[in-house]
Formats: sequence, C-alpha cells, structure tokens
Amino acid sequence: MALPQAKLDMTEARLAALSLPGGAAWATALREDALARVRVMGLPGRRDEYWKYTDPTTLTQPQPPEAALFAGDETPVFGGLDRLKIVFVDGVFDAEASDDLSMAGIEIDRLEDVAKADIHWVKDLYGVLETRGQVPVQRPLAALNTAFATDGIVIRATGKAEKPVSIQYLHGSTTSDAILHHVIKVEEGAELTVLENGPAAARFNKVMEVDVADGGRFNHVRTQGRDHQRRAATHIFTRLGQESVFKSFTLTANGMLTRNECIIEFTGDDGVAHVAGACVGDGDFHHDDTVFVTHDAVNCESRQVFKKVLRNGATGVFQGKILVKQGAQKTDGYQISQALLLDDDSQFLAKPELEIYADDVACSHGSTSGAIDETSLFYLRSRGVPESEAQDLLVLAFLAEAIQEIEDDAIAEDILDRLRAWLERRRK
Amino acid sequence: MLTIKNLHVKLEDEDKQILKGVDLEVEAGKVHAIMGPNGSGKSTLSYVLSGRDGYEVTDGSATMEGEDILEMEPEERAAAGLFLAFQYPVEIPGVGNMTFLRTALNSQRKARGEEELSAADFLKMIREKAKALKIDADMLKRPVNVGFSGGEKKRNEILQMAVLEPKMCILDETDSGLDVDAMKLVADGVNALRDEGRSFLVITHYQRLLDHIVPDVVHIMANGRIIKTGGPELALEVEKNGYADLLTEEVA
Ligand SMILES: Nc1ncnc2c1ncn2[C@@H]1O[C@H](COP(=O)(O)OP(=O)(O)O)[C@@H](O)[C@H]1O
Ligand SMILES: [Mg+2]
Repeated sequence: MALPQAKLDMTEARLAALSLPGGAAWATALREDALARVRVMGLPGRRDEYWKYTDPTTLTQPQPPEAALFAGDETPVFGGLDRLKIVFVDGVFDAEASDDLSMAGIEIDRLEDVAKADIHWVKDLYGVLETRGQVPVQRPLAALNTAFATDGIVIRATGKAEKPVSIQYLHGSTTSDAILHHVIKVEEGAELTVLENGPAAARFNKVMEVDVADGGRFNHVRTQGRDHQRRAATHIFTRLGQESVFKSFTLTANGMLTRNECIIEFTGDDGVAHVAGACVGDGDFHHDDTVFVTHDAVNCESRQVFKKVLRNGATGVFQGKILVKQGAQKTDGYQISQALLLDDDSQFLAKPELEIYADDVACSHGSTSGAIDETSLFYLRSRGVPESEAQDLLVLAFLAEAIQEIEDDAIAEDILDRLRAWLERRRK
Repeated sequence: MLTIKNLHVKLEDEDKQILKGVDLEVEAGKVHAIMGPNGSGKSTLSYVLSGRDGYEVTDGSATMEGEDILEMEPEERAAAGLFLAFQYPVEIPGVGNMTFLRTALNSQRKARGEEELSAADFLKMIREKAKALKIDADMLKRPVNVGFSGGEKKRNEILQMAVLEPKMCILDETDSGLDVDAMKLVADGVNALRDEGRSFLVITHYQRLLDHIVPDVVHIMANGRIIKTGGPELALEVEKNGYADLLTEEVA
C-alpha cells in the first residue's frame, strides 16, 4: 500500500539528511534492507495510532531542535562502581575516556570496526531482533537506526562477566544528532550487566538488540538525566531463550521528549522478564514508555512496573501490551503503571492492553493516577518535616516499587542517591 | 504554655461551626485533660492547633509561649515544640519509620538552628527509647505504621513524642483501642516525659487513662465549648454519671 504523500515527503526529507555508513558487504546489505523497511513503513507521524500520545515530529524532522547543555556539577552516576566504562560524546566513541575493551568472559567490540570485517558473529544478529519486533506493530525509528547507526557496542558474553559494562553518553554540542546501535549476545548460561547513563546528544536514536540464550541472564540499568532539552527515541529488542532472565530498569529525570520502547519476546519456556521505569518530570517534559511483551513459550513470567511523578504540566505516557500466543500456557503476566500528579496541569495517558490466546494463564494489569495523599503530607509536616521535603519523601515512597525491581543492591543504592540528589536540587 | 482564647472554628468547605468559643490555658509543666462526648470538637481542636487544612478560624486566638501559632505552618509549629499524637495515626507505605523519625528530628533541629544528629547518634538514641516502649527493631524498619496493630500505632506515636521532645504535647484519644497492658505502656511513656518545662493536653473519652496519667486539671467539652473545669475528681464524676447530667446543667 502506498504511503500518504505527506508521510512520504516527511520520510524522504529525513532520509535526505542521512547517508548509509560504509562497511563490509554484509553490513551494507543489512543496512540497505533496513532502509527499505523504513521506506515501506514511512516514519511515524502524529496520526499513527502508536503515536497517539506522543508527537514524533522532533524525532523525525531532518535536523534536531537545538538543545542547550546542562551545566551541572553532579558527578555522573555509577562512578563508584567497579565497571568497564565506555564513553560516547554526541554519539562518537571516545577512546581516551573509555577503558580498554577487554574483560574475561566477554568479547566487546565497536560496531564501526566489526562492520568492516568480513566475518563476525554480529552479522547474524544485527537488525534481526529489530526486524522481528516490527510485527505486529511497526517501529520505523528502529529500522532507521539499523540503517544509519554510525557506531555502537557489540558484546558477546560467553561466561559470567566479572563487572558491568557501563556505557556513558555525554552531550557536548547543542545540535548533535546521534544514532547508536548496540548488539548483545548472551550465550547459554552466561551473565552480563549493562549500565547506561547520560543525555547523549541533542537528539538520540538508540537501539539495543539483546539475544539471551538458554539459561542466560541479562541485567540492564540506565539513567536518563537532567539535560533538559534533549530528545530521545530508544528501543530495546530482546529475545529470550529457555530459563533465561532479562531485567531492565530506567530512571528518567526531565528531558523534553523521551520515548523508551521495550520489545520482549519469549521463545523458550520458563523465562523471566522484568522491565521497570521510574521517572520524575517537571514542566516541559514528555516521557513515554512503550512496552510490548510476546509470550510464545510455556510458563514464562513477565512483569512491567512503571511509575511517573509529574508536575508543572509534565506529561507521562504508558503503552504496555502483553500478548499471549496460543499454546503459551502457564503465562504469568503482570503490568502496573501509575502516575503521581503533583498538580492539576500535569497528565498521565495510559493504554494498558492484554491480548490472550491461551486458556491457562494468569495476567493482570492496572493503571492509576492520583494526587499526593494530603493526610500523609500533613502527618509528616506535623512532625516538623517541611512541606517540600515531606512531598519528596512521598515521591520516593511512590517510586520505591519500581526501584525495588533493581536486583543489585549497590546499583539500586546508586540510583536512589541520584534520585534523592535530583529531588534535593529541585528544592533549592 | 498554651493559651486559647474564644476560639471559633468552622469547616472551610461547609457552613458548619464546630468550635464555638473555646477558652483554655495550659500552664508549663501541667497536665490538662479534655473529656467529652463524641462529636464535641475535641479532635477538631487538636487539628486546628497543629495546623491541619480544612478548618477556618473565624474568631479568637491560640498562642504558645506568647507566639501566635495559628499563623504558622504545621512544620513551624512542630519546630516550636507542639506535638499531636493522632487519634488515627497515618500509614505511609514506602517511608521507613526510621527515615521518617530521623528526617523529622533533623528538620526540627535545623529549623531551630541546632546541629543535625548523626546517623550513629540517632540510632543509639532511638534504640533506647524504642526499648522502653517495647518497640522492636522490626517495627522501626517497617514503613510508618503500615501493618501495625492499633496498639503498636499508638506506641509509635509516643515514641515519636519521646524522640522529638516537644514542649506542648497533645494526645488525642491515645487510649482508644488499647488493652490494659498497652495502655499502661503508653501511660508510662508519657509519665516518663513529664517535666517542669513540658505540658500535656490529654484528650480522652474515658476516665481510665487518667488513672495512669493523673491530670492537674480536667475540662469537659461539649458542643464546641468547654462547659466545665475542675480537678481529677471531675473525671471520676463523669465516669460514674456519664455526660448527661453535665449537659443538662449546661442547657439550664
Ligand atoms: N472534616 C470534617 N468534615 C465534616 N465534619 C467534620 C469534619 N471535622 C469534624 N467534623 C464534625 O465536627 C464535629 C466534631 O468532630 P470532632 O472534632 O472529631 O469531635 P470529637 O473528637 O470530640 O469526637 C462532628 O460533628 C464532626 O462530624
Ligand atoms: Mg476525636
């Protein structure tokens, strides 16, 4: 079916501002395939059902709107952890600031390098999970990413990684437009934690494909910080083998536009996937969590926990779907999305969905939004806690359920510290 | 310590007058009790004094050590030394009891220009005070009042009072829902805090609490007013004859 002219024009205008990166024949072929997918789908527009609550215009226009840099003196999160650090500045790899890319139990390379090699394991995975994730809902920005990503990190974990891989995205130019694509392969029984933090660029399009083989474990924790004018569209595509575990948590503070999509597919029995997010938005803030979980195996557990604190006209969006295919018996699917609205100007738009074709499953979902509890607030104040601090205590309490999803205590504490610091800074 | 003059209070959203001219003077170091039938305005008085929203003072004044407290924010009243043990303590999921207590204490200290207490000093202090009230470590770790029994909640209120060391303590039906042993524990906690510089306003529906916390003065409140004031014997009279006689006296 031909695309409407306006969509076609918009898509071509964006494509005209980009050029396919060079590389080995396999890489070029995969990128051309992805470009063809983009042309078939067209980039997302305001009228698309999947973008009903989030205006994609600034994500698809040829150049990003300018984004001022955030002058902050806070030390980046995860700094106190023993980790392997990889730094990108405006989407460009920074070798100086990065650690040596070697660690026992895992292989780490840069996409830019391996895309030039004739043989590399990544050629069987690059864009594969993204392509699978285009059905039943189209995600053209992810295909655009596969076509035009200039760099990224490719990781193959064959054993238990001794420390987390921590990818830090710095933002140095007010007009930067970064496209990064990471591919992660967790082999049978292997274990890996990936941390991400930082604003990345004025506009950031990031895809992370994560293939977890039988018995593998993948942990992901990220923060998206206060660099306020940034815009980002991120996708995580994951395919989970038998008895594998996938956990992902995101903390977001501010950002004019953030769309975080997470697409999870269970292909082996007895898998576990938890995806959680906590966000605090103030003012000109739009934050969208879009999750799609497909159960296509028996006895898998999926859990989505999203909490948003919104004030001064901020907008939060949650679109979460659990699809249980025929035969995916004993599925345990849970989904909760909640917003704490600190004033009447802020809004939370939620679309929780269940689609179930198996008869022996336990799925539940709930979505609520509400104001701060005045009785609790008064109780705290009557003990001498100033109003703004009392409110923050209640905000932290509200977000706790999402933060508890972080498995590693040290990382969770780091996240909490960061959140407390953000709240405290806001009070001053 | 606390001086209330001709206090008139109505509900903010409704045209309903609840306090209709309350006069009360609690001297430093004294324990005053307020008794009265349900609905007479006792809790309203305690809420208005501690600064809860939803009420409008239409006339009269309330001062603590000469300072107008009605103009202050609730947290300012607390820092100035006012404390209300709630009739219905509030459950706050997600906020740890310890965090709550430490934040409260240090907020008050900060407001008074005093140094904040370190985590270690705080821990030591809280352990001692909790022990006296038979509050175990587990209760301290749990979220504020969540899953606490009625008695545990009331003990937790007294613990907060012991930690914050206020000058003017208002106890709103702290005895309700307590069995005899729990009441004894609470009363001991209160008595341990009795001091020349500290005053108490003990609101209760029944006389039995006053066997344990012996008041200096007893007031009877009905229909938004103090209708009678006397010594501890007034409480015994109420216990024996109920409020009916007093109320008729008032009408007559
Ligand atoms: N927020 C409120 N909304 C409606 N009525 C109220 C409110 N607060 C108090 N009242 C009414 O005021 C009167 C006094 O209540 P209260 O102060 O709780 O009495 P007491 O503590 O002596 O039992 C009652 O008639 C009660 O229903
Ligand atoms: Mg009452």
